[in-house]
Amino acid sequence: MVDKIVIENLSLTYAEGNESLRHINLKIAANAITVLFGPAGGGKSSLLRCINRLNDLTDIRLLQGKILIDGQNVLDPKTDVIALRRKVGMVFARPVVLPFSIRGNLTYGLELAGEKRKSRLDEAVERSLKLAALWEEVKDRLDDPAVALSGGQQQRLCLARVLANQPEIILLDEPTSGLDPISTGKVEAALQELKHQYTIVLVPHSVQQAARTADYAAFFLQGELVEFGPGRDLFTNPKDKRTEDYVEGRFG
Amino acid sequence: MKRSYANRDLIQRLGFSLLTLLALTTVFPILMVVGYIIKEGAPAISWEFLSAMPRDGMRAGGILPAIVGTLYLTIGTAIFSVPLGIAAAIYLSEYARDTFLTRLIRIAIINLAGIPSVVYGLFGLGLFVIFLRFGTSILAASLTLSIMTLPVIISASEEALRAVPQAFRTVSISLGGTQWQTIRRIVLPQALPGILTGVILGLERAAGETAPILFTGAAFFLPRLPDSPMDATMALPYHLFVISTQVPEMPFQIQYGTALVLLIFVLSMNIIATVIRSRARAKRQW
Ligand SMILES: Nc1ncnc2c1ncn2[C@@H]1O[C@H](COP(=O)(O)OP(=O)(O)O)[C@@H](O)[C@H]1O
Ligand SMILES: [Mg+2]
Repeated sequence: MVDKIVIENLSLTYAEGNESLRHINLKIAANAITVLFGPAGGGKSSLLRCINRLNDLTDIRLLQGKILIDGQNVLDPKTDVIALRRKVGMVFARPVVLPFSIRGNLTYGLELAGEKRKSRLDEAVERSLKLAALWEEVKDRLDDPAVALSGGQQQRLCLARVLANQPEIILLDEPTSGLDPISTGKVEAALQELKHQYTIVLVPHSVQQAARTADYAAFFLQGELVEFGPGRDLFTNPKDKRTEDYVEGRFG
Repeated sequence: MKRSYANRDLIQRLGFSLLTLLALTTVFPILMVVGYIIKEGAPAISWEFLSAMPRDGMRAGGILPAIVGTLYLTIGTAIFSVPLGIAAAIYLSEYARDTFLTRLIRIAIINLAGIPSVVYGLFGLGLFVIFLRFGTSILAASLTLSIMTLPVIISASEEALRAVPQAFRTVSISLGGTQWQTIRRIVLPQALPGILTGVILGLERAAGETAPILFTGAAFFLPRLPDSPMDATMALPYHLFVISTQVPEMPFQIQYGTALVLLIFVLSMNIIATVIRSRARAKRQW
């Protein structure tokens, strides 16, 4: 088992507010789904936004520790953040389709990187849509505006858009929180397929989804990593009282 | 109970009627002005009126140099104010942090918009005509009009840029876009209709103003077309002022004909802006 991401002693404080992450140590395995779960305000989104340096857009008072991806500390100021974000894709809670066609959404990332060859772009469109289990539904209307898709389709389009960049890591922040059960099922099924090729870090929108999808699970509470372990152990036999209480629904 | 419902219904309908009436009273004077100018001015409009030089101390002939002059001044104003205004708006909306300096810039912009246009005229005389030695010229007048127009363009463009959802920017950055790529490929195209509307409304005001060009570029009587930006020029609003107040025994028709041409010039810009805006609203995907 390879540790794709190694987080060492990571602490984060935004310009406003208290410590959002406190001394986090976590190893995220390649080719698996690692789930970060816990009540709102635990720091899960903050951690994801550190991994792809999206927090660069936010005012931060203090950021300490290391995030090593393939051994390179991405928090190093010398990191090429553009390359990093291509390698570490992100899917957000609300599906945000760009104001282009379906195809335009998918080719956007590649075009940013200077890809102009139509064959390459077409190939990426088809490949990424198939990976996100959306190809059959949209293959005949790739030039329609992406907003015309249903919410569930839009979210799979967002996943496909990330995949078109050929990332190595995919971060998903409550990607199914606004979706119906059927769409949620499709996204989860797609992730189960994708984990064979990618490193997946998922913030689920419920404990049930966490238990369903986790190969590994990390329980976050108010900026602290309370417990980490293989999913089957953590949900059936938690070691920490707080994890047990949360998993069994005694607080939320 | 029943009676009070009926009462409320009556009051509501009365209120609606009153508001409709008030709305109509605001439209009425505008229609009156436009209608009157069309009625008095339309008989003066002819091919000769639009394409000939003025004759007989402007009492006969056409108003071609004034039409062309206003066109040149509007284009000249656009050349300076549009790129600068949009650049400033992009800076304020996309790059500037909320600091003392940017707050100062915003306050300056708001206050600039409130300065009477004759003050711009005097400023243009001092800076462009005299100090920079541009003389009374299209260049000096265009620059003066640009300064007057800039606040309008900046404010409207900044508003249009800010209306583009933040989530588009976040997504673009997360896909490996630089800030400039994000602006160029998403933010600007999405804000463009709003920016264009602001630009046209700003230029429309410039096209109709007399005071800023009075000392900087407008000629009283110059029956030829300008052939360089350093030439002075006739212009519709100033020509209208001249023939309405400065020339004795001026035919009534020529005054109203000139007013009508200016009105059409400005109104068509307004209509273009409205069409752009409503088209963009219908097409907008957010
Ligand atoms: N941009 C921000 N500025 C200031 N505080 C923030 C910001 N984003 C999150 N926080 C704070 O950081 C803490 C963790 O938030 P978050 O990472 O969103 O948690 P989670 O995703 O687990 O709900 C919360 O207390 C939240 O208020
Ligand atoms: Mg969150």
